[in-house]
Amino acid sequence: MRRNLPLALAFILGFVMIFQYFIPHPLSQKFYDIFIQQWLIIISIFFYILSWRSFVLYHTNKIRRKKEGWWASIVAIVSFLFMALAGIITKKGYIFNQMYNYVYAPLQATMFSLLAFFVASAAFRAFRARNLEATLLLIAATIVMLGRVSVGSYIWKGLPDFVEWILEYPNMAAQRGIRIGVGLGMIATSLKIILGIERTYLGGGD
Amino acid sequence: MFMIIMFSLYPPFNVRASDKPNDGGGSILIKWDKVEDTLLAGYEIFILEEGMEDYEQYDYVPAIYNTYEAEGLKNNVNYRFKIRSLGKDGSYSDFSVPTEPVKCYPQFFKLNKLNTFFAIFIYLFILVYFTKKARGEHLFIRRIAGLDHLEEAVGRATEMGKPMLYVPGISTLSDIATLAALNILKPVAKKAAEYDTPLIVPNYDPMVNIVSQEVVKEAYTEAGRPDAFKRENVFFLCDSQFAYAAGVDGIMVREKPATNLLIGMFYAESLLLAETGNMTGAIQIAGTDAVAQLPFFVAACDYTIMGEELYAASAYLSREPKLVGSLKAQDLSKMILMGFIIIGSILMLGFNWDIIIKLFGTV
Repeated sequence: MRRNLPLALAFILGFVMIFQYFIPHPLSQKFYDIFIQQWLIIISIFFYILSWRSFVLYHTNKIRRKKEGWWASIVAIVSFLFMALAGIITKKGYIFNQMYNYVYAPLQATMFSLLAFFVASAAFRAFRARNLEATLLLIAATIVMLGRVSVGSYIWKGLPDFVEWILEYPNMAAQRGIRIGVGLGMIATSLKIILGIERTYLGGGD
Repeated sequence: MFMIIMFSLYPPFNVRASDKPNDGGGSILIKWDKVEDTLLAGYEIFILEEGMEDYEQYDYVPAIYNTYEAEGLKNNVNYRFKIRSLGKDGSYSDFSVPTEPVKCYPQFFKLNKLNTFFAIFIYLFILVYFTKKARGEHLFIRRIAGLDHLEEAVGRATEMGKPMLYVPGISTLSDIATLAALNILKPVAKKAAEYDTPLIVPNYDPMVNIVSQEVVKEAYTEAGRPDAFKRENVFFLCDSQFAYAAGVDGIMVREKPATNLLIGMFYAESLLLAETGNMTGAIQIAGTDAVAQLPFFVAACDYTIMGEELYAASAYLSREPKLVGSLKAQDLSKMILMGFIIIGSILMLGFNWDIIIKLFGTV
């Protein structure tokens, strides 16, 4: 029962959702909105409660055992409680918005901006001509980089067009090859789950 | 003089309206022949609903268009449309001949997706055929370096006495890549349990978190080590992209895992994670179907499971005949698609015949 019920649900709902996609009638859309979207929201609430417990458990455990960086866990729990209270008490009012706009958003932007430095270090490592593939990568990347900046056309007038050709044909061909494989893989995985061939995601054994 | 200015523009001709096909109703398509005039700015569309006395102005369309989709209309109610041209100087033409009364109504099947519908069921048939055929047969699978080195990665962590970090991406359970990541998590957790190596799984999505906990717990039980499972090691970190990246980076720097597995769906945080892992000296295996993130993983990780390999991982690791058979179905489908691409290219380039393009098109 523990195993068969989820499999039966996956089978029935899987096929229902396949057919739902092909039916544009408002009834079909209503079914999707009520049975899928709204149920998902209701179920998510329970998952969030369990996950908050998991979050608090992880950090309290770190604090209790005085693990390296335990003080950061205090910050995490205090921030979590503060933002939750600010949201609940003030109904996402002044304090919540101020904290979001002037603490949370700049922190996000800071993390994102680190990407520029990481791209440089990763590019340096990737472009070391260790073998044929890495050398080809280095040559292609150098041409594309030069063609994308204004100095490229000073070096050779046809460089920007050549770069466009690289991006539109060899690059696009490779990308489409990957995408076709991914698409088929996704459909196969979905069908395997619907048909009950793939069961690993269920966790439990037979 | 006034009349000359007012009617210097021609109205659009051949204005016709029809129900928009393959939709849920409420929309009517209007088409007309373009007015070729340099003074033309656009068209004004007027609507007359059944029961109303006079036409009302409905919308304005720039001159470059000769089609319009009227939306938000009532189903099974007659509508008529007429259009007039609007000049750049504010002048306008006479009205076009009004369209015949037309109703919009919802359809029960997207006929423009009929090819997709049949393709799914043909693929389903191939999949079922190969999974049945695979029983008791040995089918060859090519080597996938990233998956071959999973055991080595676990062994390395064990030898170094350090934990392993498994990041299942930053998407939800509705993303197939996340499901594929959970499929790979189980054998990884099983190996970690067998080698008695701590496994840390920080999660981005609450649902993925609960499923991850169950998958890891079951893997430990299957390995005969249910006591070694620590629920606090599979936890919800946060559901904000860069806060999650910062949290995982922090774990990498503090815990110094010997092995990092970044498997699932990733976005801009991919390089933040992979580069930090690289700096800590961990062996890194990444796997994603996000084409835009693949170069970052290739640059910063030791092994990368690319695109479809991610979906083959479950079959590759378990070697279960039914799952291996599904890979054969994928390969055959890919060959069929390649055949269509080659034949379509020959027909189009050699004979200017676009039958294959139309076969795969959804207008």
